[in-house]
Amino acid sequence: MLARAAKEAVKAASGLRAYASASGGLPPRKVAVLGAAGGIGQPLSLLMKLSPYVSELALYDIAGTPGVAADVSHINSKAAVKGYAGEDQLGEALKGADVVIIPAGVPRKPGMTRDDLFKINAGIVKALVEACGKHCPKALLNIISNPVNSTVPIAAETLKRLGVYDEKRVLGVTTLDVVRAKTFYAEKAGLDVSKVDVPVVGGHAGVTILPLFSQAVPNAANKLNDADIDALTKRTQDGGTEVVQAKAGKGSATLSMAYAGALFADACLRGLNGDPDVVECTYVASTITDAPFFSSKVKLGKNGVEQIFGLGELSAYEAEGLKALMPELRQSIQKGEDFALEKQ
Amino acid sequence: MAAPRCSAKVQRLSTFSGMKAIGQQSSMRAASPITSSRQQVVRAARSQLAIEARKVAVLGAAGGIGQPLSLLLKMNRMISQLALYDIANVAGVAADLSHCNTNTKVTAYTGPEELAEALKGADLVVIPAGVPRKPGMTRDDLFNINAGIVKGLCEAIAVNCPDAVINIISNPVNSTVPICAEVLKKAGAYKPRKVMGVTTLDVVRSNTFVAEANQLDTKEVDVPVIGGHAGETILPLLSQAKPKVEFTAEDAAAMTKKIQNAGTDVVNAKAGTGSATLSMAYAAARMAESVLLGLNGEKDIYECTYTESDVMPGFQYFASKVLLGPGGIEKFQPLPELSEFEQQGLVAMKELLTANIQAGVEFANKA
Repeated sequence: MLARAAKEAVKAASGLRAYASASGGLPPRKVAVLGAAGGIGQPLSLLMKLSPYVSELALYDIAGTPGVAADVSHINSKAAVKGYAGEDQLGEALKGADVVIIPAGVPRKPGMTRDDLFKINAGIVKALVEACGKHCPKALLNIISNPVNSTVPIAAETLKRLGVYDEKRVLGVTTLDVVRAKTFYAEKAGLDVSKVDVPVVGGHAGVTILPLFSQAVPNAANKLNDADIDALTKRTQDGGTEVVQAKAGKGSATLSMAYAGALFADACLRGLNGDPDVVECTYVASTITDAPFFSSKVKLGKNGVEQIFGLGELSAYEAEGLKALMPELRQSIQKGEDFALEKQ
Repeated sequence: MAAPRCSAKVQRLSTFSGMKAIGQQSSMRAASPITSSRQQVVRAARSQLAIEARKVAVLGAAGGIGQPLSLLLKMNRMISQLALYDIANVAGVAADLSHCNTNTKVTAYTGPEELAEALKGADLVVIPAGVPRKPGMTRDDLFNINAGIVKGLCEAIAVNCPDAVINIISNPVNSTVPICAEVLKKAGAYKPRKVMGVTTLDVVRSNTFVAEANQLDTKEVDVPVIGGHAGETILPLLSQAKPKVEFTAEDAAAMTKKIQNAGTDVVNAKAGTGSATLSMAYAAARMAESVLLGLNGEKDIYECTYTESDVMPGFQYFASKVLLGPGGIEKFQPLPELSEFEQQGLVAMKELLTANIQAGVEFANKA
């Protein structure tokens, strides 16, 4: 009889979780968005609210989140939405999070490189990741804040200092480069973009972005010449700048970044839920080159990164591109690590 | 070590293959995210993609609603062409969205000189253009600005895409829909079955609040909402909620008030920085999807919408549940029997809704 009472008590206490997992047999998942009231954060929060995998959505920012949360909470989808504003609410926002997406920070203006954002965004990311290390050390971190080439190493060092670093759980979001490569490639080759796949390796800034069109599927070698590949490569590398220019001072990519960020978070959640087939390009701690962090295809699973795939065969052009990107990539990584280690 | 394809089979978020409520009025199915039965309908819709090339124009695409709405539409597989129009900033929005890897082609149109081109060939025109409320304002306070904006846009629609379905979001909807109708009438281009005020957000909110209050799965809840799209003119038919929910008199009154004030609650929560944008974008994208499914001949596409109708004697324009199809509104569902509370609500709203309609008609007919 006691056992039965205990069972009922547990059932009642976990009522929300039982209900949540009853909907489609999916486990409850909490996602936190840090920087949810920003240009990327808002549409990203909308897309995450529409995800069938999210049962709890925590929207955090230094201000504006009560309004965003009130707005988004009216949508009739599964996720229970809560807004958190200000540092003293950050812990609560993070508790129990399975995935933490970090778009927080300032965007580029025309003429700026992602590195120009470094000073401001480095500090922001460090503080947020510190809180993640304290409140949700097992969460998968999806880092969007630029310059990603540096902010991911900053995150790693920060978590190391707290003794909770798990290199399988710190992921730089490069999905927008993949999205752009697919779009531009499909356009130029006259293909159905929904059937296109293009890996993008390296980093997430300018020439450190290396799309591997020689490995693109479907293969369009008969349609694209060397000049085309060069143009596509440059366009993919400059895709972010293209949008910064078009917005003429009003910001950088927000909607496409929200889209890409949601695609990647979606992949992380599917991996966590045991989907055996989740492969995405992402910027992670890696040994496939001699840069300590590198983006390549990765299998995502129950513990984050399950397997990092090698680069495969590169064309001569791509091999050149790889050589060319390494110095800048290593420099950005060093800059991030130095920053994280300085600020005691 | 050859790397496998990047999750190629899931190129897009599984949620965005469909967001609407599909099914018979008596069915239990309701809004986003998609259930497997809806997937069948959408798969059918997708199989028609090769045949139906659909153009959707968004007027006000660079605004607070327009931007996230345009993102959701860029992700909709039924849309082959997406024309984004605004008076400024829309080139940046289009450049941004154009990088997303979907088959929807995005083009920007800036300023009145480019409005015609934005509209030509549109199957559906969605209008979020206008200014939002600030705390303390009613939707009616927006009237003068937004009425003028809507009038101008509808004049262009009459000339450039008179056969298009029109979805009006710009507040106050109770008045801007009559304005649209009058403008089109004057141009000899009025198709009453194609002019729809978007009240989907009231339905979405009703579904959410009723589900929350009764520990129900939001996917399973459907609450029709009739009347208008402002304060007391919003009348959720809680007595008709599916699945059936018992409300005490107090609960029904409180829930009704909550639904009626939800928009104001967001305006207050945003403390001067705006009104509902993200949930409005979702609701409008859901309505747009329903319209397109209807245009594509899908069966059983029901939505509540505010339009010229005979459904409620004494009201020239009235929101109620309709069946959408190739001609826009195919059929008006007969109103169910209202509870006493709901009948009182109908009486209570009559004066305001009638005044709102009158204001719209008068504005449109001013020289």
